[in-house]
Amino acid sequence: MNVKVTQEIIDSNRRTFIDKVIKGTIGGSLMLMIPMSSKLFGEVLSEEATLKNTINPMNLKANYCFMVDVSACIGCGNCCVADRKENNVPEGQYRTWVERYVIDMMNQIYVDSPNGGEKGYANTPLHETIKEVKEAFFVPKLCNMCDEPSCTQVCPVAATFTTPDGFVLVDKEHCVACGYCIQACPYGVRFINEETKTADKCTWCYHRVRKGKLPACVNACPTGARKFGDLNDPQSEVFKIYHSASRLRVLKKDLGNEPQLYYINLHEEVV
Amino acid sequence: MDAGMLQYVFPNDTHAHWTLMIVIYPYITGVVAGAFIVSALAHVFKVQSLMPVAKFALIFALSWLLFVTAPLLNHLGQPQRALNMLFTPNYVGPSMMAGFGYIYMSYSILLIFEILIIYRYELVLLKERSNGLKKVIYDVLTLWTNDKSIEGRKFDHKVAFVLAAIGIPLASSLHGYVGFIFGAVKTVEWWFTPLMPIIFLLSASVSGIAGMILFYILIKKFTNKVDEIQTDTIKTLVKLLWTFFIFDFLFEMLEIAVHAYGGTQGWHHVSGLLSGPLAWSFWTMQVTTLSIIPFFILGYLSLVKVSRKVLLIVAPIVSLMLLIQVLFMRWNVVIGGQLLAKSERGFATYHPLMFEKEGILVTAIMLIAPIVTLWLLSKIFPLWESPCDKELLH
Repeated sequence: MNVKVTQEIIDSNRRTFIDKVIKGTIGGSLMLMIPMSSKLFGEVLSEEATLKNTINPMNLKANYCFMVDVSACIGCGNCCVADRKENNVPEGQYRTWVERYVIDMMNQIYVDSPNGGEKGYANTPLHETIKEVKEAFFVPKLCNMCDEPSCTQVCPVAATFTTPDGFVLVDKEHCVACGYCIQACPYGVRFINEETKTADKCTWCYHRVRKGKLPACVNACPTGARKFGDLNDPQSEVFKIYHSASRLRVLKKDLGNEPQLYYINLHEEVV
Repeated sequence: MDAGMLQYVFPNDTHAHWTLMIVIYPYITGVVAGAFIVSALAHVFKVQSLMPVAKFALIFALSWLLFVTAPLLNHLGQPQRALNMLFTPNYVGPSMMAGFGYIYMSYSILLIFEILIIYRYELVLLKERSNGLKKVIYDVLTLWTNDKSIEGRKFDHKVAFVLAAIGIPLASSLHGYVGFIFGAVKTVEWWFTPLMPIIFLLSASVSGIAGMILFYILIKKFTNKVDEIQTDTIKTLVKLLWTFFIFDFLFEMLEIAVHAYGGTQGWHHVSGLLSGPLAWSFWTMQVTTLSIIPFFILGYLSLVKVSRKVLLIVAPIVSLMLLIQVLFMRWNVVIGGQLLAKSERGFATYHPLMFEKEGILVTAIMLIAPIVTLWLLSKIFPLWESPCDKELLH
């Protein structure tokens, strides 16, 4: 009897265990597969303050830099949604966007960014001529905050300028909207804002950083693909990456603009 | 470029930001600079055959000068802040665009003074014969002087000579500078060449001289004074036009040849532009129809003795062709450069509409306005050489 009862208990526990494992696996997979709404992320991550200790809002000697880990980006588009919301960017204009690169077995490169990647890529089919994918990855784009910005050089009224802590900004009260900065920017990040009728672009959320907060897109990124911090602060993540063996690259280095936006694990196909 | 690669342009970069307005801005500036050169050749270098159009050249330049800023102001998103370029310029960059404001202002002041000095004596004579509003206008233009003395006129002559002499480098830098605004943009491979200011300067001279020939003959024809057209003057202008055009076309082609031979990554991108979106407007129109054909026609008119009748028919036609050539060149530079996507993977687009703010109709109005202004100015400033101009020579 005792043996039989014990055996039943063991069997029951085994069944329960297997049942739980299977349910857990399915449930966990579903959690990963069903794209979460940006609202959900917004709420979860609105606690922010992860880097509050390391960003001193009054530190004008900080050397802020932005890093994008291409291998970590999943193309969810949360960063773009957060940016549009944070900065009231008009529809159809982009302060930041996410590009999808697909390389097929013939080494042909397909790049797209429908709606700036804002709606994610879960429902965006690949280009019809792609038969077999060799490699695919996502590349978030934003202002490169150049140390030698060509946009500020050409501005006729100095409405676009570099702050003492290295942010390139646009003063919409002074911009004449001639569009010269749009021509001069190598990265296509500038546009004439339809509503203000002045030049506009990503600011790395200067208004948030000066309050000790992270840029909205960094805050919204679920995978940590977007990183922001002070290169002068040994405790910051960007400092650690900068001084590690990580492969860092900037875009269009030959132009001499000295961007402060670094990419980790960036493929050479990316322009 | 990999074959079959999907075209991709950055989402803010899908269309040209600088429109037809920025195509006609260097066009109008160019006509001003070119016309001034003709006047300077007469007033400074004493080219006698150009004397009959020396004054016309100045008024012609002025009528276009008045509209240089029109397309710019129409293009600006915040035109009410335009003067800030002069009052609070970006001197750290320094901004080439802000610099243009100063050169344009200086040149405008110089040209207006040059005109007032050269016309002073004639305006005093006209004032005596006018009354009413016209008398008031002449009073203001002569700064309320009635001086007709020989000493005064000799002094005018000296001042005009000095102003014209200063005007040559100033007019040249005015348009060379416009070329710099494009040539210094390192992000656009189609613009970024030290040859750009030179090409702009030479094409400016071409459009200015061509405009002078065309309107000299047209105005005389419409006013039934064909007999007054000086064959010598037309001949000299045609030779001048041919010379400037040879250098202009040579540099336009050299720029491409050097890039093509170098074969850099940038050239692969530009060659796609020239064989794609710009194929018709560049190769068919600018280079073949409106450069090679006028080159031979001008060569024929310059080297072979042609009858006055043929000259007066062919010279304005070839001038019109070159005026259009320069317009195509401006389009190909300004719009072409912007069609090169910064993603280096394809081209942006630009299709101007007839009735938009910076569209085709507004462009046409801005190109016709200087001609209407020329007609209005001719009511005040006699366009042609008057008997009193020659008095001082004797």
